[in-house]
Amino acid sequence: MTSSQLINAVETADSSDALLDAVEALAAACLPEAIPTLIEVLGFNNPGAAVAAVDGLITIGEPAVMPILEQLDGYNYGARAWAVRALSGIGDPRGLDILLDAAGSDFALSVRRAAARGLGAIRWHELPSEAQSQGQKRAFETLSQACQDPEWIVRYGAVVGLQGLQTATAKQQPEWWTSGIECLETMIQQDEVLAVQARAKLALSCLLD
Amino acid sequence: MATSEQFDNTGQPPEELTVEQAIRLTAGCANANLQHEELGRRYYAAWWLGRFKVSEPAAVDALIAALEDDSDRTEDGGYPLRRNAARALGKLGDQRAVEPLIQCLESDDVYVREAAAQSLEMLNDPRSIQPLLKLLEGGVEAATTVPGKPHLVQPYTSILEALGTIGATEAIGEIEPFTQHRVRRVQFSALRAMYQLTQNEIYGQRLIEALQENELQLRRSVLMDLGAIGYLPAAKAVSETLAENSLKLISLKGILEHHLNHVDSNPISPEAVEVMNLMDSLL
Repeated sequence: MTSSQLINAVETADSSDALLDAVEALAAACLPEAIPTLIEVLGFNNPGAAVAAVDGLITIGEPAVMPILEQLDGYNYGARAWAVRALSGIGDPRGLDILLDAAGSDFALSVRRAAARGLGAIRWHELPSEAQSQGQKRAFETLSQACQDPEWIVRYGAVVGLQGLQTATAKQQPEWWTSGIECLETMIQQDEVLAVQARAKLALSCLLD
Repeated sequence: MATSEQFDNTGQPPEELTVEQAIRLTAGCANANLQHEELGRRYYAAWWLGRFKVSEPAAVDALIAALEDDSDRTEDGGYPLRRNAARALGKLGDQRAVEPLIQCLESDDVYVREAAAQSLEMLNDPRSIQPLLKLLEGGVEAATTVPGKPHLVQPYTSILEALGTIGATEAIGEIEPFTQHRVRRVQFSALRAMYQLTQNEIYGQRLIEALQENELQLRRSVLMDLGAIGYLPAAKAVSETLAENSLKLISLKGILEHHLNHVDSNPISPEAVEVMNLMDSLL
């Protein structure tokens, strides 16, 4: 199928299953011209199709970042969560401000948890070194706050993000690095949710190995 | 669960009620002429006590008293306040509620019976086994839809799930036939209970197959069942189910924690790492 046929199949799908199949096919084709359609699917309230669209956007990667950012304000609550997931998966530093903001203060827990994870997967080397260390420090501050989030799944996401950030900065060991390790140790001891404790333990064992 | 955690961490009830008001409202007064608006507030107050886990004795007393309320009635004879009071009592964890809730299993309001069964599951007291079992009398043949109503004659899902959680191995013979009930949701509850009571993989595997159901609502419900029983072999299938990531994460959390509670936690087992990897991919 040509790209316009693939796009057309998404736009004319008349059932939830047909939509899913069409989005999967479009996502697998990895075409930059599919970006607007994949972004549109994020707002369809069809979780299966949205997962496929996010996967597609992540595979396309860098070219999808600006289109996602440009439309972010227009998204409904569900679509915003999926867009943040896509940005988290792409790891492009241009998404950093959005992820920092979302992890710290979005009212939807699914957005906070996706953003927290994403903060651990930023491709820092794409930034000049000063912006890098500033961004990492902000990411650390946001993540250590997210470790106190009232929702267990956001804390879980924050642990995953923190593990990624600590790993990325293990060589440079910025001044906050030890605090990051302490933060994980505290969660192992004090988090009220067993799954979060276990994830912090896993993070720590990966970092100290 | 998540919402109550939110409250616990922020420290203040975000609603306009105070604990005293909620207790007073729930207790009500013996005023036969309660205004409609007042009934609404009592209904809300009973829910509120459960939502914010106000477990002080006065709150439990007020809720137990509300289980016998006659002022709040629906057009077809239901008891909204009793339903909410019964639901709240499960969340408060005070075993004094067990006998009064067992009484509620004889209510002629099916939703009161349902709420009571769910709360008895949470209170997890073996005294409820026989009274719950009594509601399964007549077996699958008797478990039909009430004419003109959307529900079955008994709240079977809640009854079966309660028996499974409470560990009613003596009820296995009565529960097993329900794994073939024509209503899917009832089947799943029976499978869930049978797995809890026998640890037989057959039941867990049938729940895994049920993750392929066509209806999203059914898949969601199976996700919760697998999380509730902590069925480890389901982890991968759960992560691949067509449903919201939030629900899959809750299901996997149940599986992970059940596993962690049954193995030595040092070092982290490879199974636990695998479940966490699946969870990470769903964030």
